[in-house]
Amino acid sequence: MNYSVNKEGYYGSFGGAYIPEMLYPNIEEIKNNYQKIISSQKFKNEYNALLANYAGRPTPLYFAKRLSEKYKTNIYLKREDLLHTGAHKINNTLGQILIAKHLGKKRIIAETGAGQHGVATATVCALMGLQCIVYMGEVDIERQAPNVARMKMLGAKVVSTTSGSKTLKDATNEAIRDWINNATDTYYIIGSVVGPHPYPDLVAKLQSVISKEIKLQLRTKPNYVIACVGGGSNAAGAFYHFMNDKNVKLIAVEAAGKGIKSGHSAATMVLGKPGIIHGSKTMLMQNSDGQITEPYSISAGLDYPGVGPIHAHLFDTDRAKFVSITDAEALKAAYQLAKLEGIIPALESAHALAYLGKLKAKKNETVVVNLSGRGDKDLSTYIKHLPI
Amino acid sequence: MNKLNTLFSDKKKLLSIYFTAGFPELNSTAKILNELDNAGVDMIEIGIPFSDPLADGPVIQDSSERAIANGMNVSFLFEQLKNVNTKAPLILMGYFNSVMQFGVEKFCKQSKSVGVSGLIIPDLPIEVYLKEYKHVFQKYDLKNIFLISPQTSNERIKLIDKHSDAFIYAVSSSSTTGTKNGVNADKEKYFSRIKKMNLKNPVMIGFGISEKQSFNKACNYASGAIIGTAFIQSLKTKTHVTEFIKTIR
Repeated sequence: MNYSVNKEGYYGSFGGAYIPEMLYPNIEEIKNNYQKIISSQKFKNEYNALLANYAGRPTPLYFAKRLSEKYKTNIYLKREDLLHTGAHKINNTLGQILIAKHLGKKRIIAETGAGQHGVATATVCALMGLQCIVYMGEVDIERQAPNVARMKMLGAKVVSTTSGSKTLKDATNEAIRDWINNATDTYYIIGSVVGPHPYPDLVAKLQSVISKEIKLQLRTKPNYVIACVGGGSNAAGAFYHFMNDKNVKLIAVEAAGKGIKSGHSAATMVLGKPGIIHGSKTMLMQNSDGQITEPYSISAGLDYPGVGPIHAHLFDTDRAKFVSITDAEALKAAYQLAKLEGIIPALESAHALAYLGKLKAKKNETVVVNLSGRGDKDLSTYIKHLPI
Repeated sequence: MNKLNTLFSDKKKLLSIYFTAGFPELNSTAKILNELDNAGVDMIEIGIPFSDPLADGPVIQDSSERAIANGMNVSFLFEQLKNVNTKAPLILMGYFNSVMQFGVEKFCKQSKSVGVSGLIIPDLPIEVYLKEYKHVFQKYDLKNIFLISPQTSNERIKLIDKHSDAFIYAVSSSSTTGTKNGVNADKEKYFSRIKKMNLKNPVMIGFGISEKQSFNKACNYASGAIIGTAFIQSLKTKTHVTEFIKTIR
């Protein structure tokens, strides 16, 4: 089985570039150049230096002793939460800003849900002295105020999206519309392994540094790699170098929200069927007329109605196991990690951690959980639900 | 014979009007179609409302949202079209997910049976169309209308021309619908570049065409022009359809 993207931009039957003709030249420009750029020595030198000296790579692979004792197995945490700006998102934005510079673009746009990708984009734009416009749903702006303030402090313009459901999917629509209206001078830094080809492949490649490091850091081969999936960029990065090794079981954790059948969920693989969102054919939560439904999760980074086409393919071919975790389970896992290991995880990553209780790994097995982000941004939610 | 082929052999300065099915009321579709037809409009594009219309500006987005809330969907639209018989050719315009979920073949079959002449699916790229769906469209004599923009290379325009068999939809500027209005020097330069290419297909100009002046200017370079956003605005203010058409020509 092949898990790489093919020449036409598909993973199996998923992916492609279902975009209006107005975007064709923009996408072609990236498609025709990205592989050449990211495999050039100049890019590698610059990117690796920034990852090391600016973002803080490599991130530790930490053996979580007390958590391992609790679950009677060997659990390692990949500490993406220790990166600059607090999550794995910076791996992607640093790479894409270098591509944008290479293509001579002066204006950067991005979408954001929880604000993590927005902050990571605003950060690299400040670093490179480029104009930055971040689209964010009106609803998310209200519930993620600290990240909005961070983006503004970093010099970005945050544009409130008032169309549709006013969350991540609508912010992404607005970013794409901006790109149509500013076709020549603008580069769109997409935040996950979603969107038209070549973005899913580009973002997966930039995030693949996560599994590259895990492989080097872990002396034995892991039995399991667990990561949360919204659009799926941290999971794509954590899985990337293990995809072709069937001995490593890949577990992708989606947000069940208030429960799969509650009508308030973001478990795309369970509730979705193939469709088109943001230029990609993938699994998609939609009604019978093909109208895209609004997902829900306590974690703003997981409530995306689609999923990266690479994950739709991993799901379709049974290469990865897709499971879902509720809001309550994720919260419990976050409080537990804080108490046992002194680490406050992002709510997104807490979904991956929560699956440890259901995994039933053996005593001699090794489990790697990708701790994709830190929990500072979620403190108000944690305080609200504090089990005291 | 497909109505679209005869349309372009007969007339010049063609006026095409776009509106969203199910807006302002669920059942206004037939009424608007008949009024447009009686007002002498040459071609009518019926928009299928979609929750995430990437190529549309705020006005059409809003009309789509309201149409969906009104209860519009693809099968209901086909029901409505069964009872309509216009002189002007009808074109359905929608996003690919709506068509895909309905079933591409079933969609084409029903389009044909209610008298639709062509389809515009902005997010179905020509490569995918040629590989997977061309034979289905042809089976039901439906013309697939492709978009081009000022950024489309001449080489790609030629490819689109080769695989078109009704007209080419030239988007007047790189924009979403209803965002960059009027016809300026830049747009005229692009229109005349297209005109000089001597394409085998006629060209209709759309996006940013909103009133008489921009309509007339566009017609200098093409077979006609398409008005969408401005017409939907007029529906909002309850302007009579005939009155709106009179302001254009």
